[in-house]
Amino acid sequence: MPDPGPGPGTLTETQAREAVAAALLRIVPDADLEEIGDDGVLRSELELDSLDFLSFVEQLSSTTHVRIDEDDYPQLRTMRTSIAFLTR
Amino acid sequence: MSDFTMPSLGADMDEGTLLEWLVKPGDTVHKGDILAVVDTSKAAVEVESFSDGVMENLVVEPGTKVPVGAVLATLAPVGTEVAPAPAAAPAPAPAVAAPAVKAAPAHEPLVSSPLVRREAERQGIDLTEVTGTGRGGAITRADLARAVATPTVAAPARPARGAAGRVTPYARKLARELGVDLDQLPIRDRRTVRAADVRATAGGPAAAPAEAPAPKPEASAEAPARKADQASRREEMRRTIATVMARSKREIPHYYLTVTIDLDRALDWMRERNKDLAVTERLVPAALLLKAAALAAASNPALNGFWADDAFQPGTGVHLGIAVSLRGGGLVAPALHDADRLSVEEVMAGMRDIVTRARAGRLRRAELSDPTITVTNLGEQGVESVHGVIYPPQVALVGFGRIAERPWAVDGLLGVRPLTVATLAADHRATDGFTGGRFLAAVDERLQHPEDL
Repeated sequence: MPDPGPGPGTLTETQAREAVAAALLRIVPDADLEEIGDDGVLRSELELDSLDFLSFVEQLSSTTHVRIDEDDYPQLRTMRTSIAFLTR
Repeated sequence: MSDFTMPSLGADMDEGTLLEWLVKPGDTVHKGDILAVVDTSKAAVEVESFSDGVMENLVVEPGTKVPVGAVLATLAPVGTEVAPAPAAAPAPAPAVAAPAVKAAPAHEPLVSSPLVRREAERQGIDLTEVTGTGRGGAITRADLARAVATPTVAAPARPARGAAGRVTPYARKLARELGVDLDQLPIRDRRTVRAADVRATAGGPAAAPAEAPAPKPEASAEAPARKADQASRREEMRRTIATVMARSKREIPHYYLTVTIDLDRALDWMRERNKDLAVTERLVPAALLLKAAALAAASNPALNGFWADDAFQPGTGVHLGIAVSLRGGGLVAPALHDADRLSVEEVMAGMRDIVTRARAGRLRRAELSDPTITVTNLGEQGVESVHGVIYPPQVALVGFGRIAERPWAVDGLLGVRPLTVATLAADHRATDGFTGGRFLAAVDERLQHPEDL
């Protein structure tokens, strides 16, 4: 593995926000994340189906190195909750 | 000598546009080799040869719309010496070519296909600079080749390494913060740089976004040609769906059955299984539902096949059509072949692959023409149940509603269980409710034994 990047628990809020945004934009490239805001429900606002969501989790866990279990999925509901989860 | 003709990729297709030849005259081809890419209202589709032979004449020029059955090329028997292709493009087929392609306004590039668009993107060609010589002024691959050969266009077409197109504001910000030099990004010519690209460069393991299964960020959404093309494709797809669904409701006497299925065991099993797995190997509930439906179709063959010529024709194998909603509207239901014989992991991988390719607009001929029964998983969008419209000439459509926790009586006690409503819409000409009921019971039964799926 090349650059290990930020390890778990060391993510700043900005890094977490960027990681979430980047992962979402890979799935919905023209998403307007500002419009959705921090409290918009990502799955419904971006019309993510379960496969999209899985890709989102996959991307997020690979960029942040945070382990995301299936039981954690509900915490990735909005930008705000996702950031809280990633920086906990 | 045999002919290679425009195939019918489903009951709803009566014409298609030849996008690209993947062979040239003189090439020896075998049954199953992909010869051409054809554009339908649904997707660009790779079409294979149905016989062995030597490519003789490419009758139809890329960019031409022709009816189903029209000769696209002629094949000579294997071993035949075929004269090398003339330098000029083959003559367009005058008789069969439908004059359906609308002429574009002179200044707006008419790009007939996603393929040409991708190619242009890859080579960094500005389509507004290219003169289209296809029907109605459509830009063909030959035009792109000419554009590359012409210095005036070629100059911007081959920018210096890293000279990407625009950079999204977010990507720029990210690059600044991560210390990534935007000029050093491995972005192919003039594609829009997105945050993911910056991340990939900065963050090691996140690299190789090009190979990841997630749909690629198709850049340059700003290009007017692309937008116009998408809009017309959407309209065309809408018309296609209108035609097929109207035919279905006109001709097929639908009957509908419903059953509520307790997914407690299935989801428990899945959760346990997913616990130890990397994200990439995890299952989603849809994979279990699809597999259960495929097994139920295999054990109830009267629902798996087609109604044609006033009789039921059983399908050869369970080719499960998976309804995929496309971003920006529309629907396509390509087949997962022999789904009943795949492991649940293979169903999961196949589903991901098909959904990704369906959304990227690149499916294979057999995937569009082969489904023997279709499953719609509209529950993903939150609906409780879906009473679907059968896709003719199929005779059944299975729907799954949202999985939700609800009160449910178990062993005389009230519990909270994850439930889904499974529905069957079936053709009463082919089967009766009894068969349909047995089918849904089989789906339920299978989902109670997830380890055997």
